[in-house]
Amino acid sequence: MALDVRVATSMAEAAGILAADQRTRLLSGGTLVMRDVNEGRFLDGTLLRLTDPAYRQINASGARVELGAGATMAMVLANRDLAFLHPVARAVGGPAIRQMATIGGNLFAETPYGDFAVALLALDAQVMVQSGYGSARAIAIEEFLNARERGGAGLVTAVQFAKPQNAADFRFRKISRVKPKGISVMSIAAHLPNSGSRITQARVAYGAMAPTPVRARGVERALEGKPLDAASVQAAKAAALEGTRPATDAIATEWYRREVMPVHLGRLLAGEGR
Amino acid sequence: MAKSPVQFRLNGSDRATFVDPGDNLLTTLRRGLNEFGPKYGCGQGACGVCTVLIDGEPHLSCLTLAVACEGRHVETVSGMADGPNLHPLQTAFMDNFAAQCGFCTPGMLMAARALLERNPNPTREDVIEAIAGNICRCTGYEPIIAAILAAAGNRSQRQA
Ligand SMILES: Cc1cc2nc3c(=O)[nH]c(=O)nc-3n(C[C@H](O)[C@H](O)[C@H](O)COP(=O)(O)OP(=O)(O)OC[C@H]3O[C@@H](n4cnc5c(N)ncnc54)[C@H](O)[C@@H]3O)c2cc1C
Ligand code: FES
Ligand code: FES
Repeated sequence: MALDVRVATSMAEAAGILAADQRTRLLSGGTLVMRDVNEGRFLDGTLLRLTDPAYRQINASGARVELGAGATMAMVLANRDLAFLHPVARAVGGPAIRQMATIGGNLFAETPYGDFAVALLALDAQVMVQSGYGSARAIAIEEFLNARERGGAGLVTAVQFAKPQNAADFRFRKISRVKPKGISVMSIAAHLPNSGSRITQARVAYGAMAPTPVRARGVERALEGKPLDAASVQAAKAAALEGTRPATDAIATEWYRREVMPVHLGRLLAGEGR
Repeated sequence: MAKSPVQFRLNGSDRATFVDPGDNLLTTLRRGLNEFGPKYGCGQGACGVCTVLIDGEPHLSCLTLAVACEGRHVETVSGMADGPNLHPLQTAFMDNFAAQCGFCTPGMLMAARALLERNPNPTREDVIEAIAGNICRCTGYEPIIAAILAAAGNRSQRQA
């Protein structure tokens, strides 16, 4: 047996091929799949290329944003309507990786990767998944990430979310040891819409603090209905570790991640530098 | 598994070869087309030494499927000089002692070239950002940054 390459020209065709054959993997940007090919971890199966232009389409001019799963980090950076997401896209690898890495691939990237997925979690995104030849259905990103390890999700065609009404309501920070490029010690995204200077519908998400990006529910509760002041930031820091399960890996120990998360969360919420 | 044909432009010339379906562009260039400009470092996307331009944008050739390059323009360090005349970046690398063993140099030059084509007047931070995906074990990066800034300066002086 050997590796085979197939090309699908439509998303329905790609979804059909993925559903019919468990040994087929979609090659989106290829930054992770090709590593497996080069290192002999994926020797026997089919690499599926998808050439449908809709897969790479970005629609960001209105209140609701749709990013095709095949859109790259570089495409996000080139789009002015997505300025609030530029710090997130810029945090992914170096320029060549950003030219190749896609949003769809980032949803499947294992910890400590997945920085863009962390931002999408804080934006309450819907993941459009097409299984087989039917039409795509929307799955809440948290549910999608929880189910990810079970595999067989089908084809992710796009992600959708409401654009933050105020760009300053969205914050993102990636903490890494090597600047400007380096793998995440952790990443934090927060969407803190406010009405009458009180936060409503707070969403805070972490990367590299659990096997997949996770919501920081304790922090969200601490901020909900409060003004973003010293007291609420303090309460958020106290609740920072609720629900986290960080790992020890080559980048940082579990202990270190727990120690520094409240500090970085506090700085992000207080709008301080690093 | 049968080999597949692939055709693309390489440094301005049409080239064709046969590849195994899972072959990456780096292997195809080095083994199939005797184009040894891009180097093989890690095969994982981590070192940047295999960086080429595809349709003008930097890509890692070790992570690019060769058959996906059909009809595209691949540029390597071998195409930078204009006959005997070195590209200003190449001259600046020599003048600023920006290479020691030289292993990272082809990737660095391609990353720098992509930057200057997009941004002819980069700041020091822009340069650092542009080469962030490229590892150099010898120079400590400072001479490389100085060389790229010098090439940018010379370019803008020539245009003025
Ligand atoms: C040197 C290097 C540095 C990196 N730095 C970062 C970083 O800083 N931050 C970060 O988050 N990531 C980083 N990454 C990881 C990776 O590049 C990104 O996460 C990227 O977004 C993955 O996208 P891709 O399109 O290249 O994925 P691919 O390799 O194409 O795919 C990854 C997996 O997802 C599956 N898949 C992809 N798209 C879909 C889809 N639409 N539907 C169903 N399945 C799909 C593939 O089949 C495969 O199993 C880095 C990688 C490298 C090699
Ligand atoms: S060989 Fe391609 S990035 Fe190292
Ligand atoms: S000059 Fe030796 S690796 Fe850069």
